[in-house]
Amino acid sequence: MTPAPGTAPAAATQDDVLAVRNLDVTVGGRTLVEDVGFTIRAGERVGLIGESGSGKSLTALSVMGLLPEGLRASGSVRLAGVDHDLVGADEARMSRVRGKEIAMVFQEPMTALNPTMRVGRQIAEVLLIHRTRPDRASARAAAVELLAQVGLPDPGAAAQAYPHQFSGGQRQRVVLAIALANDPALLVCDEPTTALDVTVQARVLDLIVRGVQDRRSAMLFITHDLAVVATACERVMVMYGGRLVESGPVREVFTRPRHRYTQGLIGASDLTVVDDRGRLATIRGSVPPAGRFPAGCVFRNRCDHATEVCATRPEWIPTGPDSGYACFHPVPGSAAPGATTPTNQEAGRG
Amino acid sequence: MAEQPTGAPPAPEPGTGPTEAISVHDVTRVYQRPRTSLRSASPPVHALRGVSFAIPQGQRFGIVGESGCGKSTLLRILAGLDRPTSGSVAIDGRDLTGLPERRLTFVRERLQLVFQDPMSSLDPRMRVGDIVAEPLVAQGHGNRRERVAELLEAVGLRADAADRYPHQFSGGQRQRISIARALAPRPKIIVADEPVSALDVSVRAQVLNLIADLVDELSLTLVFVSHDLSVVRHVCDRVAVMHAGQIVETGSTEQVYEDPRHSYTRRLIAAVPTLGRALSGVSAADLNREQRP
Repeated sequence: MTPAPGTAPAAATQDDVLAVRNLDVTVGGRTLVEDVGFTIRAGERVGLIGESGSGKSLTALSVMGLLPEGLRASGSVRLAGVDHDLVGADEARMSRVRGKEIAMVFQEPMTALNPTMRVGRQIAEVLLIHRTRPDRASARAAAVELLAQVGLPDPGAAAQAYPHQFSGGQRQRVVLAIALANDPALLVCDEPTTALDVTVQARVLDLIVRGVQDRRSAMLFITHDLAVVATACERVMVMYGGRLVESGPVREVFTRPRHRYTQGLIGASDLTVVDDRGRLATIRGSVPPAGRFPAGCVFRNRCDHATEVCATRPEWIPTGPDSGYACFHPVPGSAAPGATTPTNQEAGRG
Repeated sequence: MAEQPTGAPPAPEPGTGPTEAISVHDVTRVYQRPRTSLRSASPPVHALRGVSFAIPQGQRFGIVGESGCGKSTLLRILAGLDRPTSGSVAIDGRDLTGLPERRLTFVRERLQLVFQDPMSSLDPRMRVGDIVAEPLVAQGHGNRRERVAELLEAVGLRADAADRYPHQFSGGQRQRISIARALAPRPKIIVADEPVSALDVSVRAQVLNLIADLVDELSLTLVFVSHDLSVVRHVCDRVAVMHAGQIVETGSTEQVYEDPRHSYTRRLIAAVPTLGRALSGVSAADLNREQRP
């Protein structure tokens, strides 16, 4: 068996908040997430990027024990301060962990909030359920303080309002206040700013980063937006076809990608680089539906560099403690990003 | 105000030059919200407040703004799906304002729309061939089968796609289907409302290239609406920035991005995360700090 991709060579250290090992998610006979492994240390902000269908959200849901009915996770997910494995833990145990050690922010804040409950009470609720505040009065005061921390004007009045009275960005800040209420060891964000306007996105991103920095929480940040991940995270993992295909420090991965998929993704998302006809670099074809990725290297049917050897599964090649890639024909180490894409030309149109 | 067009018959007005694909003059749109109190009416919503611009034929014109700025209302008015409270809109020199619905067929022939979410704009119970042919049925074209095959090929889909249903396609392919449908009646103007916002990065580049190819080959005028300034910068020659129902700045995309004049435009540009800026050390706090001068 190949070693778990992204797994740090050293055994889990004291500082590791989250350690995922050999995580698989299956439904029926199909494997949706395969052999995913990584660790996140206290205070570390790690991005997980990939296109829809790559398995990034399933990875996050497995960590939180929120996989939809019928999907099964196997492998191991350990969280510092929790004495059992999160994979296979029953709901009673998971509900003690969720909202306390692990908190989450999803894309759509309206589905995370109770529309019939004042937001102050919703924040106070997580404090009381996990018994981190002794009584209602102190929980309520803490809720107002949290609303102030996420920058809502007049937090006292905001606590008395219902979710529908807020804008999308404000609702997402309320969700963030709930997530940060118990100073979680790990904050999981799944596309938290995707539905927001750019100016609101800037505000919410800033609050998320500040929130985890202040608490020295670890963060797993899922998005399809490379620029957002580069802005908010220090380390990034690239997922495709249910596997980690590359990981490393943000600067390294985005300036010197090794995996051909990462290279293609960076090329396709860079709107300032066009060929002599003014066209963008693309990856041919489209992401196959879940479970229909080719055997061997999952990217080989869209890769211009694929050969017969790619029909076997590429091993994880570590390039550092937290970095590596799985590709038989990697971008040469010294090459600049997009070196194989058409002539690099600034912003002009053909 | 509601200016009546001087000549209701479809003769182009002499004043507006024939080179202008779209001209919008001092358009306002006021909505009345449903009342929430028995005693008083709800305050009116001024969705558009005196919007004017002109788009010459063949131009790629971007409209940028955040939610609630009025860009969707403006699009609906351009497409003849809504009417301005005051002001006038002309497509190819022909005024739409005041024309009855049945006189708007020329708009449907000249101007077609592509929407953000291809899943909600394609009828799930219709075969792709029928979806693409539908505008042709409405306009009584013959030889539809041949035209559908030609359109599917133009957007990079196989001819047998015509016999399948929308759910059998990926998001990017569905957006190609909506582009094929929009092109069916041979329009000269395509209005695209966030056409790539719901797409994955690798597919977004493909669809943007397809739109650029079609605009070039068919000499189309393109109105491209997006909240994503980087996309508009790549696609468009000129851009109008909308804020609170008004156009606060307009100019060539290069000028607006390199040297934004209006404070709102500056804020908008400063808030956009880019890979280049992030790698040069711009943090989330920096993007947000620029919001407050």
